[in-house]
Parts: sequence; C-alpha cells; structure tokens
Amino acid sequence: MFEEIGTTTEGDLIINVGPQHPATHGVLHLVITLNGETIKKVEPHLGYIHRSIEKMCESLTYRQFIYVTSRMDYLSAHINNHACAMCVEKGMQIEVPERAQVIRVIMDELTRIASHELWWGAMAMDIGAFTPFFHAFREREKINEIMEETCGARLTMNYYVPGGLMADLHPDFQKKVKEFIVLFKRKIDEYDELVTGNIIFINRMKGVGFLSKEDAISYGCSGPAARGSGVNSDIRKLYPYAVYDKVQFDEVLETGCDSLARYMIRIREMKQSIRIIEQLIDNIPEGDFQAKTKAVLKLPKGEFYTRVETARGELGVYIVSEGGTTPYRIKFRSPGFSNLSALDHMARGSKLGDLVAMMGTLDLVIPDIDR
Amino acid sequence: MFIVKYIKDVFGGLKSLLIGMRRTGYYFTHHKEIITEQYPDNRDTLVLADRFKGEVVMPHDENNEHRCTGCTACELACPNATLKVVTKFDITPEGKKKKAIDKLVYHLELCTMCNLCIVACPSDAIVMAQTFEHSVFNRADLTKILNNPGSKIMDGVE
Repeated sequence: MFEEIGTTTEGDLIINVGPQHPATHGVLHLVITLNGETIKKVEPHLGYIHRSIEKMCESLTYRQFIYVTSRMDYLSAHINNHACAMCVEKGMQIEVPERAQVIRVIMDELTRIASHELWWGAMAMDIGAFTPFFHAFREREKINEIMEETCGARLTMNYYVPGGLMADLHPDFQKKVKEFIVLFKRKIDEYDELVTGNIIFINRMKGVGFLSKEDAISYGCSGPAARGSGVNSDIRKLYPYAVYDKVQFDEVLETGCDSLARYMIRIREMKQSIRIIEQLIDNIPEGDFQAKTKAVLKLPKGEFYTRVETARGELGVYIVSEGGTTPYRIKFRSPGFSNLSALDHMARGSKLGDLVAMMGTLDLVIPDIDR
Repeated sequence: MFIVKYIKDVFGGLKSLLIGMRRTGYYFTHHKEIITEQYPDNRDTLVLADRFKGEVVMPHDENNEHRCTGCTACELACPNATLKVVTKFDITPEGKKKKAIDKLVYHLELCTMCNLCIVACPSDAIVMAQTFEHSVFNRADLTKILNNPGSKIMDGVE
C-alpha cells in the first residue's frame, strides 16, 4: 500500500507510531518514512476516533446539539459550547445579558488555563520529565473543583445554552476563583524554574520543528502554533466576541518559529488569562443569567458562521438552516486539523526523537481533529 | 573563545538543573499537605458539589408521592432517548379519566449527564443525584424505573 505512494526508496524504513502508542496523544496514527533516523515523510492517518459528530448534530435540535461539541475538544469544552451557542444566538438574534457574557468569558479563560496546564504536563512528560505532570494537575484540580461546583461536571460541563447560561453562579465562585488566582500566580513561576529554564529542555526544543511565518499562514495554522511563528491570529483581538473588547490583555507573539517559541506562547498566555479573570471577577454585573427565549428554537433560513479562540486556535461553527428545528448542515472548522497538517512540513529532515517535541507543542487533541 | 563559551554553557546548564532540583527538594521536604483524594478510603466523608451531575432521580415525599405529570418534556429534551415516559389513565373519585404516569424509564447507559431534562421539566419532578459509582455486573441493571412502585402524583401539581 505504502509503496504506491512513491516516496520510499531502497533502504527506507516505514514505521507506525500509533494509533495506540504512549508517545502520541490520544489515538493519532502516524505513518513515518525513515531513512536511518532522519524523517523523510510523516503521514497522519485519521479515522480511529471518528464519531460523525457533524452528522449527529443534523438530527438534534439547536438546544441539544451543543452538548455534543464538548466531546470534540474536550479540554476546552466551554469554549466549544460558546461557539455553538453564539452561532445559534446570531441566527435567532438573541441578545445575551451582560452578566452571562462576563461569566462566559471568565469560564472560557479558566478553561484555557486548565487546558494549557494539561498540555504543559503532558508535553514535559513527552520530553522525558515526569514530575511536571503532577505539578500541573495539582493546580488544574482547583479549576476542576470550581467547575464542578458551578457547572456540575469536571470535563464535559454543558453549561452554556442559547441565550445565556444553564444556571447562575455558585455563591462560592468568586471567592474560590480569587484564591486560585493567588495560588496560580505563585505556582507559574515554579513552572519556569522546573522546566522553562532547564538546559536539557531548552536544547531539545530550540530550533526543533521550524515553521516559518509564510508556512504557518499557508497551512492555515491558528492559535499558539501560528503565534509562535509571529502570525497575528488571536480571534479575541481580531474579531472580539462576548466582552473581550472591554478587557485589557495582550496578544502574545513570539518570533522564534520553533518549538520553544510555541512553548513560551502558552506559558505567557496563561498569565494573560489570569489578567483577564482578575479584571472581570470583581465586576460581574447583576441581572439575568439567561435571556428569554422561545420554547422551540427555529433558526431562519440562511447560513451562520461564528468563530472563537479555543486553547488550540480558531474554532469556527457554520450552520446552514432550512428554517426547521434542526440544522440542515453543520460544519466545524477545528484548529487541530490545520495545525496537524503542518506537522509533515515541520518534521521533514529532522530526527525521529524530535517528532515528539513537535507533536507536543502543536497540542493535538485527536477527538477535535477527527470529530 | 570556543572554550569560554563551552565552560559557560556547562556551568549555566548546571545552574539551571540546580534551580529545578531546589524546587523538587522543597516539595520533597514539605510533604505535609496531601493534595490527592484518598479514594476509596474516604468514601464515608467524601462530599461532592451540590450541583454534581451523577444520575437522574425522582424525589418522593413521605406519602410516596412525586411531582411528575407525564408531560414528556424531559423525553423531548433528551438528545439520546435516555428517558421514556409511559402513561396510563387513572380514574378520579368523580369517575373521570385522568392521565398519569405509569412509569418513567431511565437508561443510565445512554445518559451523558447534560442536564437538559432537568432544565426542561416544568414541575421540578426530576433532579440530579450526586452518586457516581454506577458500575454493575449486569447491563440490564442500568435501566431504571424512576418512580417508586405504587406512587402517585402530589396534590396540586398540574
């Protein structure tokens, strides 16, 4: 089968990494053509965790389909739900109350920190450091507890509904988030001591997985993968949604174009997320947490598209409506798919051991890529 | 020049490792605080959040009465056909026929704990319970009937 592709020559070795391999995240299947230890080609094979979420959504109503999207990028479940809720609100022209929008932004940023923390632990574990995983999960547990208290679940929360939120905040929410901010500001410096400054870590990351600015744009990369190459791609800045235009934060940019730059982007992004939460946590306006909506939602005939910035990049939701209670067609533009497509370009010519570092900094979540 | 850079790199690298080891040493010597849940040893004292979505239950009062009118709002709201309302006709004391639920069948194996049925219920007849140990030996045990046998609807709930 692989001979037909025509890239292999005499003496080349084809190995499979995945779908069930400790070095890959989730069930990613990579077919790698090797010449000695030098990578000639990386071919991602998808389909192992395909659940046809887009087709499933066509048979669910506009209230029901939102919960399914938590299962795509399960590490930023809130942000996925936000994109879908926003798309339905755009079609129905629902005005979301200010309180709901502020809470949504706080929840999104908490999710972003939780996602980046898991990435930080898993990435360091890929490189060979084992304890950072426990350090990261210690702080992530605090976010999970906050989520459990307000949303009722730790991973697939389903807290956003078209028109606002499912329930109001838990009375302890603000107190716990403030405690978390104080704790996290102290701990993030420990992360730098443990991993960022480490000489072994820097040597394994610097210059590995070079992706130039032009290539990042042409491959459609978004999120930290693109910003590591100096591309302005933060949807929160470019196309502000919710209350992102009212808060002060910097779009983090690095010009290193390598794995270390993408690593630094995420570490600095966590600090920016904390900055956003700090501005909003004391200024949650009073009012309704949900707008009055009709019992049965029917989007008018037409096409609707919204995009948000998840922890991995740009997530777009495209709904085609025929005027009924269910969407005619739904398409998700997931960030991981485009970022993964750049892996082959990055990896060619480098050594097999560096592939793990590249995959780590792309922050791949396979259910998001495969849907 | 090369030698100077080489020595600088070696000592700089050594310093970075020592900084990391200092942090590791701190946690090695300060291990009083246990941050992990000692499950299942703490099962008696384990308290979950009030809103934790464990499974759907139907609360009954001391007279074995529930609040479900059998309106099928939960059945329509559910994305996975987890809930199924089976209705029957009761004869009221005046001799009229009145619609009431026979049983509310709940498939725990299909449930994703999305909370949509709880939000949809107009009479607050079902709530989320904070249980989480759902494993059973037989798959049929996951299909539950939420209303107690012989239960009937509370007075005043329409």
